[in-house]
Amino acid sequence: MAGAEETKTNDSLIGKRIPKMDAPEKASGKTRYVHDINLPGQLHAKILRSSQVHAKIVSIDTSAARALPGVHAVITGADVPWQRPIGVAKDHLPLKTDRVRSPRDEIAAVAAESEEIAAAALKLIKVVYEPLPIVATSEESLKSGATLVHGDDLIVPGPDGKPQVVHKGSKDNVAMTFDYGQGDIAKGEADSDTVVEDVFWLHYVTHCCMGVSGVLAEFDAQENLLLYSNTQVPFLHKREFAELMGMDPGRIRIIQPPIGGGFGSKLDIYPFEPIAIYLAKITRRPIKLVFTREEEFAASPTRQPVLLKMRSGCNKDGKLTFRDVETVHDNGAYTSWGATTPFVMMQTISSLYRVPNCRYRTRAIYTNNPYAGSFRGYGNLQATFAVEAHMDKLAEAIGKDPLEFRLDNAQEPGEVTPQGMHFKSCGFKNCLKTAAEHSDYQEKFRTSISKWNNGNPIKRGVGMASMLHVGGGAKIYQSDGCGTIIKIDDFAHVTLITGASEIGQGSETVLAQLACEELGLPLSAVTVVNSDTDIKPWDVGVHASRTTFIAGNSAIGAARKAKAKILATAAAKFNVEPDTLNLRAGCVIEKASGKKLIEIDKLIRSLHFSDKAELVMTTHYYEPPSQKQDKAFRGDVSAAYAWATQVVEIEVDTDTGIVKLLKVTGAHDVGRVINRLGIEGQIEGGVVMGQGYALTENLIVENGVVRNPNFRDYKLVTAPEIPEIDISFIETMDGEGPQGAKGVGEAPAICVAAAVANAIYNATGVRITALPFTPENVYRALRSNAQPPTWIAAA
Amino acid sequence: MSVSIDISFKLNGVNVRTKVTPGMSALEMLRDELQLTGTKYGCGEGECGACTINVDGQSLNSCLLFAADCDGREIVTIEGLATDARAEALKKSFVNSGAVQCGFCTPGFVVQAWHMLGKTQHPTPDQIRRGIEGNLCRCTGYKKIVEAIADAGALLS
Repeated sequence: MAGAEETKTNDSLIGKRIPKMDAPEKASGKTRYVHDINLPGQLHAKILRSSQVHAKIVSIDTSAARALPGVHAVITGADVPWQRPIGVAKDHLPLKTDRVRSPRDEIAAVAAESEEIAAAALKLIKVVYEPLPIVATSEESLKSGATLVHGDDLIVPGPDGKPQVVHKGSKDNVAMTFDYGQGDIAKGEADSDTVVEDVFWLHYVTHCCMGVSGVLAEFDAQENLLLYSNTQVPFLHKREFAELMGMDPGRIRIIQPPIGGGFGSKLDIYPFEPIAIYLAKITRRPIKLVFTREEEFAASPTRQPVLLKMRSGCNKDGKLTFRDVETVHDNGAYTSWGATTPFVMMQTISSLYRVPNCRYRTRAIYTNNPYAGSFRGYGNLQATFAVEAHMDKLAEAIGKDPLEFRLDNAQEPGEVTPQGMHFKSCGFKNCLKTAAEHSDYQEKFRTSISKWNNGNPIKRGVGMASMLHVGGGAKIYQSDGCGTIIKIDDFAHVTLITGASEIGQGSETVLAQLACEELGLPLSAVTVVNSDTDIKPWDVGVHASRTTFIAGNSAIGAARKAKAKILATAAAKFNVEPDTLNLRAGCVIEKASGKKLIEIDKLIRSLHFSDKAELVMTTHYYEPPSQKQDKAFRGDVSAAYAWATQVVEIEVDTDTGIVKLLKVTGAHDVGRVINRLGIEGQIEGGVVMGQGYALTENLIVENGVVRNPNFRDYKLVTAPEIPEIDISFIETMDGEGPQGAKGVGEAPAICVAAAVANAIYNATGVRITALPFTPENVYRALRSNAQPPTWIAAA
Repeated sequence: MSVSIDISFKLNGVNVRTKVTPGMSALEMLRDELQLTGTKYGCGEGECGACTINVDGQSLNSCLLFAADCDGREIVTIEGLATDARAEALKKSFVNSGAVQCGFCTPGFVVQAWHMLGKTQHPTPDQIRRGIEGNLCRCTGYKKIVEAIADAGALLS
């Protein structure tokens, strides 16, 4: 392995191109995902979903299904009267009892000897519905007299058996609101020489993890629950599953097999998971439940569609004066994390650029559509799309170069924003300049405009967008920490047990690198254990681009304690002070001379097998120095913030509306590169995900029904369409970051659509404010045949 | 509950006999009957390439092939590429190029690239991109996969 060779030459591992440690298994097909695991005696489960979009359930007849040979159990809500609600607002029972609010809604489930039998049994279940009016859009949902999606109280038996209201029925369809303000909007508007206003529409997309959703659930003879789960937040889910099942959380063990893609989709508990657990409890057999791809499209979370109205101003000197934003989010039928994405959107709206006066009001609205979850970027793609469109529009209105205008308003190191975010390290201006320089942005920007009327139907354009995102965790829970246990055996082999979860991003390799850097050992000396809640220490989960930063600092902390113990042992043995020694290339060395004193394994053996008989085992819990925000959304929510600028170059065929993404030139303030190969992979993958959001992906939802639940009609970017990608890393060496690093996972996906919108304008002179930029939408917009998004009157 | 059909074919160089049902896909047979789980289910309708296998020298989506139609054929899966030199070069370059993240799509890409390099040892980047357009990857953005295949081609010469 490359890592091992590099250590032999006594080089640092930091910043090197280190292959992902689990890649050989994956490339040879040996990795066992949840789909590949089968337990002796397991049954296969399938879920019956609603055939209606919005309806009362009159009756459910499962008798024929129960009678089918090979069927072990058929359950409906009536069979689990003790079921508890799930989701962020607890507005949702896993098995619906009296009403369905979406075609994904779970009505019954079957456990059978094969998937085939389970599927056959589903067809035998008879459900009688009484249809209700469909609330298909936020606009309809907000009209007075609209059918209420959650008008009634949700009542379930409480822990004492007595009825308990777990979700209050609402008088309107508003699921959640966020309001934030800084400064004085009226004053900002009065101070403005130019004001622009637009309404933006950000469409539905979904995660499309290559591995579909799935879970295995099993109870042992003592009622302990074992789950093989794709969750991104195993410790939070242990607690939630315990509450759902009325169990002691200590009796729940979650094993996380390697996961076929996460991207935020596995941050919540979805109905299929409790349903599998109910079936395991009832049948006393292991239950395997795996989705089909069609089910994955129809019944997994989405990035929420947003209608966004923004009004922005600046003075003639080019300083932003105010920004006033109102949004309506289609929450879908139930409340998951999607409803809380305004928390991130407001950071971009208030603090990407310095804007003294700012207001942000938002509502998440219940409809009968698929419900919105968290998805890489967490609202930031939508917010950035609007903010960066207005940066270009304002620059144009006052006759300023768009790069200069951004530089005049960009955040700088040391800034504490009105929202309370403290930008201790901030390479934003450097990102702007670097991306512009490497793409020759300014020259190309001017050239494109000069060719608007040259008669050539093929137009070229450049567009720029930047982003701010949390890069040092996000304190949204009581703790944003991560624990690490390190044990070093008598052959100096390190077992690094981390709370962090690996979802393909390469955390195991980065954590091993950081530990090896402290311990002077090669990567081949490390095994990372990260997938079993009975073994690994607590971690809040893999989200918010936090793992390298938080779990990295935790791994370094544990490694430093191990190092101190090894050095103290060596110091006693050689009768010197510990601080004169270091660990390098598998040996204890004299710091001053570099002279090798003893091999680490030999030293550890002498400690272990001596009269003192000790092992080298350490623990460390890292909690970042960040704050939970107060009720007004003020507070330094992350220990560090990541920045990036991306410039895109596109070609628009004005005859067909086809937009080709030719090149993306990015500059990312990542604090410091830990694994160059890994971080390039994160950025390239994020850019292409952003490309899909901008150009090809569109979950078509009509009257509550997903119309394109397959990869033929929901178009992911394929290899021939990818752009040339040129990335520069801006290393600001964050003071709190592990070896100076900040988070990067979400950052690369955030800017692309915003930059493409600006590039389409630069190429054609037409500003399109609605996504996606599919050929049809662009073609219509270029011919003024497109209806631009309009604000909801009832709002 | 269904009729079963006896078939025999060569799987990864070994003659096998098995019973399959009429509606069963080759993918289901490989994964559920023969426990070869390196071939993945991604969509079940030939759109993602995660289930790519090689049948009589042709690269195919095993989800679109009836198991019964494997009778008399010669089939190679990712497991059959454990010792093959071309596949070894590919796997090594996928690892070293960073072409693997979640890894779910990777076996399909390796089998597809193995087929491609068998036909054209030094494909151009454009040929590579075309050659893998039937395989979807949600993590990597394809760039490192294209580089890995080009590197493997170079390594083999």
